[in-house]
Amino acid sequence: MIRALSITRSIHDWLYSSMSENMAYFIEMVLIAIVYLAIFAVAGLFLVLIERRVAAWFQLRIGPNRVGFQGLLQTMADALKLLSKELTGTEKADKFLYNLAPYFVIITALMALAVIPFTQDFQAFDINIGILFLIAISSIGVIGILLGGWSSNNKFALIGAMRSGVQTISYELSIGLSLLTMILITGSLQLSEIVEVQKSGWLIVQGHIPAIIAFMIYMIAGTAETNRAPFDMAEAESELGAGFHTEYSGMKFAYFFLAEFINMFIIAAIATTVFFGAWLSPFGITESIPILGVFWFLAKAMVLVFLMMWFRWTFPRLRVDQLLTLEWKYLLPLNLMNIVIMALIVWLNLTIQF
Amino acid sequence: MSYFSDIYKGIKTLLTGMSVTGKYFLTSRKGAITQQYPDNRATLKMFDRFRGEVIMPHDEENRHRCTGCQKCEIACPNGTIEIIWDRGIDEETGKKKKKIDKFVYHLSMCTMCGLCIDVCPTDAIEWGQNFENSVYDRTALTRVLNKPGSKLMPGVED
Amino acid sequence: MDTTTIETNFRSEEYFINMGPQHPATHGVLRLLLTIDGEIIKKVEPDLGYIHRSIEKMCERDTYQQIVHLTDRMDYLSSNINNEAVCLTVENALELEVPDRVKVIRTIIGELTRISSHCLWWGVMGMDVGALTTYFYGFRDRELINDIFEETCGARLTMNYNVPGGLMFDIHPNFVKRTKDFIAHFKTKLPEYDKLLTHNVIFQKRTKGIGILTKEDAISFGASGPVGRASGYSCDVRKHHPYSALDKVKFQEALKTEGDTYARYLVRIQEMWESLSIIEQLIDNIPEGEYRVATNAVIKLPKGEFYQRVETARGELGVYIISDGVKSPYRLKFRSPGFSNLSLLNHIAVGGKIGDLVATMATLDLVIPDIDR
Ligand code: SF4
Ligand code: SF4
Repeated sequence: MIRALSITRSIHDWLYSSMSENMAYFIEMVLIAIVYLAIFAVAGLFLVLIERRVAAWFQLRIGPNRVGFQGLLQTMADALKLLSKELTGTEKADKFLYNLAPYFVIITALMALAVIPFTQDFQAFDINIGILFLIAISSIGVIGILLGGWSSNNKFALIGAMRSGVQTISYELSIGLSLLTMILITGSLQLSEIVEVQKSGWLIVQGHIPAIIAFMIYMIAGTAETNRAPFDMAEAESELGAGFHTEYSGMKFAYFFLAEFINMFIIAAIATTVFFGAWLSPFGITESIPILGVFWFLAKAMVLVFLMMWFRWTFPRLRVDQLLTLEWKYLLPLNLMNIVIMALIVWLNLTIQF
Repeated sequence: MSYFSDIYKGIKTLLTGMSVTGKYFLTSRKGAITQQYPDNRATLKMFDRFRGEVIMPHDEENRHRCTGCQKCEIACPNGTIEIIWDRGIDEETGKKKKKIDKFVYHLSMCTMCGLCIDVCPTDAIEWGQNFENSVYDRTALTRVLNKPGSKLMPGVED
Repeated sequence: MDTTTIETNFRSEEYFINMGPQHPATHGVLRLLLTIDGEIIKKVEPDLGYIHRSIEKMCERDTYQQIVHLTDRMDYLSSNINNEAVCLTVENALELEVPDRVKVIRTIIGELTRISSHCLWWGVMGMDVGALTTYFYGFRDRELINDIFEETCGARLTMNYNVPGGLMFDIHPNFVKRTKDFIAHFKTKLPEYDKLLTHNVIFQKRTKGIGILTKEDAISFGASGPVGRASGYSCDVRKHHPYSALDKVKFQEALKTEGDTYARYLVRIQEMWESLSIIEQLIDNIPEGEYRVATNAVIKLPKGEFYQRVETARGELGVYIISDGVKSPYRLKFRSPGFSNLSLLNHIAVGGKIGDLVATMATLDLVIPDIDR
């Protein structure tokens, strides 16, 4: 089930006409993988740059502005620097797991990227359990962090990894439940269908109060899921030095770093898809130009990414037990209550639809 | 019920915090406190009392005011100043008089405490505002403050 | 938030972890040997000496004028107050009466130093609990004070502006204006500190009820400064043994009784307000007069023992000089506030989590060169 934009349809046709079906299928997969890898790299580097610029503006600084026009190439330069750095490691590390961990993290991030509907036909993998797939994939990422912390034979890294494990297991629940609340309206887990439902009003409007609550819970849990401040227990540089990636250097560190930013984008992208109508333009103003869907999608995602950055540069970090208190004593009961309310609203047909 | 009011109050404080950072985000271009240092060399002016290094001003005729009394050398807590002196014949009076040969100043040891300038009876040394003192070789930080061939300004007595 | 310990059947093992000497939370080269059970701290052992420069020994070799500049390098965040302490000791020993102008200027500069030190502490406190932006806001305001210092004293950190007998030179003509500008500016910024951090629910949860120090313990550990005052131990030297112009001003001693991390935080915030009010009372009427009285070029203290204490930003700094009548002291001892404040860390941090330790340590406001000297 591979869909592509109409520009790519000709490539698709040509491939199928010039070689055997399996071969064409395989090549197409490789092509799409390359496209997504490119998206991954560009988006990652771009987000790092944005984060640094935004952080600078929050903090009355200027931010990177030396490499390239207004510092646009700064993260490229950083990536090159990291590439050329020595890969150090601890002597008694579990070498195999230690080397495996960063790949775990980026591969899961990449896999999640594949199901995201950038626009009408720009979605590599429109699986019918889309949301479930995303939730499942995003929790595999934490295994990478756990492995990294465990195998690098450093106590700080180990504490960081354990914290991360605790955190992800708990917040997984809230993410799932808050998305489930919205699925009550859509009645489908498939992302393209969720978007279809929103043609008569974004879900955050359709579901009004419970939807807004669900969105807030989702954003909190999502921030926690990506290990970003105020939930950056796994790194917590003032407590643990660098947390789980203390012993990583060079490109392996960069993988963790990029994956963190891609994960942030993925969390924002899911929120965009489920709450804000994915690539649908507000009031359908640019319905006639489908390619603008990418623009709308990215614009909405960026606003949410910005919100997460705003959190990060404003709030202090929670303590590890407060993190769990927040989840189990506040988010979870609220979430369950919210689902009931949402169910009532859907049952009584109280949703707002245009 | 305090459960819900706690949540409400908590969220409110968080939003207040965000409004503070948000305000700075919007006005950041005006309020940026960063100085883009090597670029602003032309406009960057240090305060006149700024303690960058000890200098010995000379007038147009290459004359300084240091009588070689060595008070600064004694006052310096860490041996930064070394005065190499000699006795020469004073041209006006024809008497033998102390005069400096070299005023050696080890910038690398100076703690910028200002005691030397404070004790100097003739104000022969003062603060220079240059702060770009990094060099590749540490010996470059040992300076001779009196210029070659310089003389004592007439009329300066300690 | 009270942490409940849950009895489990799991076998848990304590382990040992080295926090520092290179660790972001120790603010310098302090090494803490932590014994931890999971996240719970069982024992904290500070290990000192990484930045020991034997300042006290160096003082025995230096003249009294030279000693002053060494104190800049102890608690570098309140260097002016340290300078003042030594100068006061020497002046008292010589029975030298300094002009009123000097006293007032010393007090103003001392209070500015306190604000600047607390600004930095506030920024770092935020950073230690994870709010990185506070650091820059704290520094923004501190920079303005540093500008005042730079214009008047010539340096931003190690001023060495006091000399026995007065000040090295008179204040800059811009000093009064700049100080007033700063006060006006800072009065609008301090409420922002509250909005951003003090009232923040996460911050409150992180600090309330953490690292509790009772009044009895505060006294027996020799805690001073904001650490002691947060436990209800009224120990402000400025109040009880006023020096310089502090007997002429009205201010309140910031006192709290809770003794937890949040109380220590609040005490410092309140101290900034009090310092502002002290400066405001003095800035408009700096008396005219000499800025320095002449001393002998070689100061010789009479035989005997001399002690003077002052209130630095961190607490009580004592200078104890034994003189045998020559140009340098026979022995000079600094009673530094940081050392005694660090000594109680083990007492208050045990039982908390790693995050609590970091927050507690941030409110002790340690400056390592002050502890090690
Ligand atoms: S400023 Fe101080 S350390 Fe430097 S030369 Fe003068 S007396 Fe010596
Ligand atoms: S600089 Fe001043 S104190 Fe030093 S030797 Fe010359 S005249 Fe004397």
